[in-house]
Amino acid sequence: HIATSLPLPSERDHLRPRIDLIVFMIDIKSKYSLRNVEASLAYVDASFFLGKVCFLVTGVGRVNACSIDTNAVCKLGETYCSPVLFCELELEGIRVVTAQRLVRMLQICAGHIPGVSALSFVSLMRNSDDD
Amino acid sequence: MDETVAEYIRRTVLKIPKDEIKTMLQKWGFLSEAQLQTLNFHQIKDNISQEVVQLCGSNLLLQKGEHMLENSADIKQAAVLDIIYNHIYQNKRMWSVYQMKKSGEELDYFDITDFKKKFKGILRPALKNVTITFKEYEDNAIWIRVAWGTPYKKPNQYKPSYVVYHSQTPYVFISASVLKSNLPLLCQALIVASNYHDIREMELRSHSLNSLKDIVFKRYSQNFQTYSPKPLQGGNVEPESADIRIVQENRSEKERIRRLNQDVFGDGPQPKLEFAQYRLETMFKSDPKMGVLDKKEPFRCLVKFSSPHLLESLKSLAPLGMADAPLSPLLTCIPHKARNYFKIREKKGLFPESFVSP
Repeated sequence: HIATSLPLPSERDHLRPRIDLIVFMIDIKSKYSLRNVEASLAYVDASFFLGKVCFLVTGVGRVNACSIDTNAVCKLGETYCSPVLFCELELEGIRVVTAQRLVRMLQICAGHIPGVSALSFVSLMRNSDDD
Repeated sequence: MDETVAEYIRRTVLKIPKDEIKTMLQKWGFLSEAQLQTLNFHQIKDNISQEVVQLCGSNLLLQKGEHMLENSADIKQAAVLDIIYNHIYQNKRMWSVYQMKKSGEELDYFDITDFKKKFKGILRPALKNVTITFKEYEDNAIWIRVAWGTPYKKPNQYKPSYVVYHSQTPYVFISASVLKSNLPLLCQALIVASNYHDIREMELRSHSLNSLKDIVFKRYSQNFQTYSPKPLQGGNVEPESADIRIVQENRSEKERIRRLNQDVFGDGPQPKLEFAQYRLETMFKSDPKMGVLDKKEPFRCLVKFSSPHLLESLKSLAPLGMADAPLSPLLTCIPHKARNYFKIREKKGLFPESFVSP
């Protein structure tokens, strides 16, 4: 399901399946995009932040057009205990690999992989120099 | 043939892209078809232009013999070639739009010969040295080329001004040369020749002459407000070629944006402008206790938007999610108000429709 912002329109509530993973896409070329994501985060139930939220930063290939500081995005990821992935959608190879990663994460979040749950992502997020 | 004329013709031919040279010389009509056949258009442009100059030279000698014309006749022919070049490559120049006003009388019947006579009658006595060339085109456009001189200097053929006048309208499109000092005289000549009373410069400039015409002649597709209680078939405009497994959650929002966009911009292609410039002179508003800028002077600030095709990019902003819809009326009013240079001052409505030049 693709949405431009949260909250989701209520008229489609009955058509929606269970949500297993939320991927927030941030276009590094647009400050508007980051602000939109920050505003939408307020509408996400706290239980999602146990591994079912991920940030995907797109457009990183165009170094000249960056409008957002990557530090800001990484801090966002830390604040919300969620992984941050970087990709460039205009390159087919990276697009495919990123899609495969997301599908893998989705499988785990949906419980299709025995022995691994979304909570594992949270523990993987901790920095090695935290200890 | 005068050397300056020969050099001017040579340089004009050099400007033309190689595969266009033959057609442009044919349009010019100064060289006969037989002469054109003798030219080799496959050699380098330098050589082509030299051959053209030689042929022109021999032509003019013949004319001289018959009519005993002065040198000014030679430059007239060269000027026509220059108009033809600039008519085809009109988008290389920057055009400004001027509007003329009648003092209230009814439209006189337009006589082209009278117009030309009066136009020359203003410029020639004032400058003594000036080259004026006219060419009429099918769309009722009169192209005027003016090369400026002074009573003591020959006209500078390399920095002419071009004027495009549609006689049935009060609008004139001018691509001035860098010699701005001649502009008032040019305006004077235009109003006298066309029987108007006054002329003012509109705040509208662009490289695309046709787009400027579209805007002032209102030829672009405007959207007229019609009352439609429900979207006609607005629901499923998106191509359903997308994967069925992808579900758009914000379909109604997308539809709202699409409809708003269509209301503002209409359906057809937008006129092509490259800039919109906003000159702000507004007061700084802050908490009075902060004491910033105690002097009550307005802030001056210039905001300029530029794009290869400004209006199309504004049109795509909301659908692409880069701006909220509806867009600011300051941006969307550009074609309706026929201006892309704005002065924004304090209160009293947003933009003063000033008839003052910047």
